[in-house]
Amino acid sequence: MNARAVRVGPVSFRFDPRVPALIGTALAVLALLAAWASTLGSFDLGLGDVVRVLAGGGTPEERFVVTGLRLPRILAAVLVGPLLALSGAIFQGLIRNPLVSPDVIGIQAGAACAAVWWIVSGGPSGLQPLAAFAGAAAAAAAVYLLSWRGRLAPARLVLVGIGVNSLLTAVTTLLVVRARIWEAARAMVWMTGSINNVDWDDVRALVLALLALLPLGTALMGGLRVLQLGDDRALSLGIPVERLRLALILVGCAASAAAVSVAGPVGFIALAVPHLARMLAGPMTAGVFALTGVMGGILLLGADMVAQHLLPVSLPVGVVTGVVGAPYFLYLLLRSQVRL
Amino acid sequence: MTTGSTRLAGARWVFLLLLTVLLLAAVLLSLGVGSIAISGADVVDALFRYNPESYEQTVVRTLRVPRTAIGLGVGAALAVAGAAMQAATRNPLADPSILGINSGAAFGVAAAVYYGQLSRPLHYVWFAFAGGLAAAVLVYGIGSAGRGGPAPVRLALAGVIVSTLLSSWLTALLLLNQRTLDEVRFWLAGSLGGRDLNIFLSLLPFLAVGLVGTLLLGHQLNVLSMDEDTARALGMRTDLMRGLVAVLVVLLAGAAVAAAGPIGFVGLAVPHLVRVLTGPDYRWILAFCVVVGPLLLLGADILGRVVARPSEVQVGVVTALVGAPFLIGLARRHRVADL
Repeated sequence: MNARAVRVGPVSFRFDPRVPALIGTALAVLALLAAWASTLGSFDLGLGDVVRVLAGGGTPEERFVVTGLRLPRILAAVLVGPLLALSGAIFQGLIRNPLVSPDVIGIQAGAACAAVWWIVSGGPSGLQPLAAFAGAAAAAAAVYLLSWRGRLAPARLVLVGIGVNSLLTAVTTLLVVRARIWEAARAMVWMTGSINNVDWDDVRALVLALLALLPLGTALMGGLRVLQLGDDRALSLGIPVERLRLALILVGCAASAAAVSVAGPVGFIALAVPHLARMLAGPMTAGVFALTGVMGGILLLGADMVAQHLLPVSLPVGVVTGVVGAPYFLYLLLRSQVRL
Repeated sequence: MTTGSTRLAGARWVFLLLLTVLLLAAVLLSLGVGSIAISGADVVDALFRYNPESYEQTVVRTLRVPRTAIGLGVGAALAVAGAAMQAATRNPLADPSILGINSGAAFGVAAAVYYGQLSRPLHYVWFAFAGGLAAAVLVYGIGSAGRGGPAPVRLALAGVIVSTLLSSWLTALLLLNQRTLDEVRFWLAGSLGGRDLNIFLSLLPFLAVGLVGTLLLGHQLNVLSMDEDTARALGMRTDLMRGLVAVLVVLLAGAAVAAAGPIGFVGLAVPHLVRVLTGPDYRWILAFCVVVGPLLLLGADILGRVVARPSEVQVGVVTALVGAPFLIGLARRHRVADL
């Protein structure tokens, strides 16, 4: 192991120099990918043109293509990916089960159910993200309240989550089956997960969510590590177990709900990216948590670029995340030890 | 201690008996209830004194008997396979689809329609079986390669990832090709109705071997579901046993998905539902799964035929709508049995 203990005055902590290096590399990859994505598309623009537009120059057409079309989509990918990955990391740590992600315990199903109901009942499409967010929040609250019995047992949370998830998925299926065909088609596209139609309002909401949730989540990671030793030990170390769990659940749900309300239920990222980060950098510390976020951005942006430009037909990004990420995941799975 | 456990064992026998009676009632209802109601006398006549002239008896013979038989077989297979997977991977979220069988089968059928221009649903079954089998072999291969053989976590993760990969590919095929979507979407919905009895009968040997084999392994599953060190210390060759369980699960879940299409929830939820009555002993869990799996599936199927007469609600939807509140209620009421 490369990790060593660092002492500063009365404080000592574990420091692994590989983690900052990995975060730096991942950020550089993300920046390069974003720059490359801004030059791709049917309207020919070099990197110089994009920079000129961002500095305030360029023709009206160039301005429209860059700030109206490409930039919101790139930023949405860069923001949605981290939110999904971080919520996955929080839930996997909290429930101590490698198969858990926010979609297993009903949060995405809540968002999907509300959004599909909104589509089917003909609500104004501008408010659809709000409806999805409300659905996700309601599902999360229902799961939490239904599994609360004096204290929160993670095993019960999972079972109740599975129940709520199946219930909401069944209702969504019913809504789709009963819908008129054009509404059903719109609902199917939404449920695949897509960032084709994001606008600046979506991006602003995502920026706010990430700015609020990333520091909160990072601050809670130390407590989560102690919590994984078991409730008794965490209590005897002075950790307010139930309050910490509630805080973690709130942050995880908020991150997932914000991402889903804009992009729909994009699969794979919340489940797989935390594993990728752990396989690369070791157990989930605050640093690895940040790395998880950056890698989520890389995966979603990369998948969206493939979905938009590489394939003969443009597909929703939710179809592609798995195909792009899975081979790398399997490679790492073959090479490294798996632990939580 | 002894009296307590004998009393518990006695209660288990009573529960098992009660549930079996319920299952018999469900079978009779399933033969009699549908978009046209059929009297008990006609049902009995159709079974034992079949008169091809009678419309009611023909309905029972050609539609309801296959449907009920498939419900029985598929329900038992999915529930037992789910319990075995939860033991073998030591994960309460595991179900038969964790080996990639459902997504493999779905992909097999869609690929046969897309690339092979296959258009007779009669042939779907073998592509489904082959797809499920191939996916399971792939998952097991990836899960057991690398350091230290098939650790449960590694197996579960490999299964999830391969499933994701296959269902992404499937979604892409369906989005790209309207004809494929049109051909397979009814198969993909998962249903007991409209399936051929002969197909089911040709799958019956696989089901039988899988069911008997798994039921005989109850004790081994108890050991396997403990942690790796304990199981090894008790003399079990855990990798070998996990491989054997995987083969049996492939037989069970492969035959189930081939017969009825992908049906979720039963494999995942029924083992949890029965654990409340049985405790953590897999010999009992498996026995209860054989009864409760078909009970849930047939019950949901009957309900689906009745609520929206003359049309129907898919059995997968009803299973979740009926079973999920049960699952939530049980999870709240009782101490959650750890695996």
